[in-house]
Amino acid sequence: MRRYSAFAVAREAARFHSGWERAWGNPEPKRHYEVIVIGGGGHGLATAYYLAKNHGITNVAVLEKGWLGGGNTGRNTTIIRSNYLQDASASIYELSRGLYEDLSQQLNFNIMFSPRGVMMLCQTEHEFRAMQRTAHANRLAGIKTEMVTPHKVKEICPILNIDGPRYPVLGGLWQPRGGTARHDAVAWGYARAASALGVDIIQKCEVTAIDRYGPGGRVSGVQTSKGAITCDKLCIVVAGHSGVLAEMAGFRLPIESMPLQALVSEPIKPCMDIVVMANTVHGYMSQSDKGEMVIGGGTDGYNAYTQRGSFQHIEETVRALCETFPIISRLKMLRQWGGIVDMTGDRSPIIGKTPVEGIFINCGWGTGGFKAIPGSGWCTAATVAKGTPDEVAGPFGIDRFRAGRMIDESVAAAVAH
Amino acid sequence: MLILTCPCCGAECAETELAPGGEAHLKRFGPGSGDDEFTGYLFERKNPKGVHFERWRHAFGCGKWFHAARCTVTLEVFGTYTAQVSEPPQDILDAIRARRPGWEG
Repeated sequence: MRRYSAFAVAREAARFHSGWERAWGNPEPKRHYEVIVIGGGGHGLATAYYLAKNHGITNVAVLEKGWLGGGNTGRNTTIIRSNYLQDASASIYELSRGLYEDLSQQLNFNIMFSPRGVMMLCQTEHEFRAMQRTAHANRLAGIKTEMVTPHKVKEICPILNIDGPRYPVLGGLWQPRGGTARHDAVAWGYARAASALGVDIIQKCEVTAIDRYGPGGRVSGVQTSKGAITCDKLCIVVAGHSGVLAEMAGFRLPIESMPLQALVSEPIKPCMDIVVMANTVHGYMSQSDKGEMVIGGGTDGYNAYTQRGSFQHIEETVRALCETFPIISRLKMLRQWGGIVDMTGDRSPIIGKTPVEGIFINCGWGTGGFKAIPGSGWCTAATVAKGTPDEVAGPFGIDRFRAGRMIDESVAAAVAH
Repeated sequence: MLILTCPCCGAECAETELAPGGEAHLKRFGPGSGDDEFTGYLFERKNPKGVHFERWRHAFGCGKWFHAARCTVTLEVFGTYTAQVSEPPQDILDAIRARRPGWEG
């Protein structure tokens, strides 16, 4: 891999940009790999990268049925934060946020991490108390967040209307080192760095079946649209389609797949330099570098794989945001889309072993997976390499449902997040 | 927008009038059952990409529960039927097979 640098730009400018090489390889699949990762989104690519980087396992293939980062990695609103209530969540999301800090340097790929600050609004008395509790928990966990007054909220984000009749702002939970990053770049950066370490990234390769050594036996490989491939270990990282892959492998997951929507406005001049999250009304907004207001909404209430979502959900979101941000009331919306999110009952992810020997899974990130990509890849790789979950991934095992050891972030936030 | 016909009052309801109730025909395991059965009943879901049987409630109408058979990929509705059954009736299965010839229940 040739490094990207200011010098490289100058060198290529001098020779009409004839020397840029492919960012990542495009190999045909081999017959056998030590580890196969199904899913070429952020989490899958990060898992493959850390398998190679941290554990020296380079005989790895990432199988992607479409194109890299074409699922939820390319469909989210790119918010990065770690202000979670539960200890287990705080440690994995803070690990992740910390890795984002210098990820551009580590990957030699500009992922445009912008720690512009994340403000979670308190718009009901209950939410205010819950956020105070979260702020205390964050302090104990060593995560820098603070409760701020409505006056301070207004100072940090002047376009906010803090005394609306229906959704007044009673305070805010402010994480100054939260922010955003370029979502495609995260997938591409991991793909390029993993490819340079010897990982095979195989796109347009759909897994159609999972093979096992006899019924009840361990995993032996996968059938794909590019033929059969055998492996020692298999890691399923497919978000919304986790249920489909689990069915192929012969087990069920505590997961339901639902559409989650986002939309962007026409580009306008810079007016908001932070991320604002209004959880009560399911409205999440930031301004992209192009000037578009990027808005995320809530999930649909029923199972679907449509990548569209129902209109009334964005209507609800936009209606509430118009009160909180009167400035956006006349903006035209340019695009709307949906992604299929994998929701668990406790709104926390599942990382670890599955009932089938040799198969590992990373799923259940629901509506908030983007922020977790580096940390998730980091500890999923450790789990796959060692065969047992590491300290951070441990609490997120699938056995927590059976044991009643839920990591209940749905109660902590009162909404999915 | 998803539109279902309530089999109790006959109204054609938009989804804003309805409350989704999750996967239908779960077999309930209670006291005396094993851990695996209880975990399965409480948490594990089929979550199919395709034909799905669901419970719905006509929340902003007659208030009654009912069942629906629906495709989670196309949002096609195969039919709705009474809540007082523990498996889909034959006419619903026929309607599904007519539209999805390869479907295995």
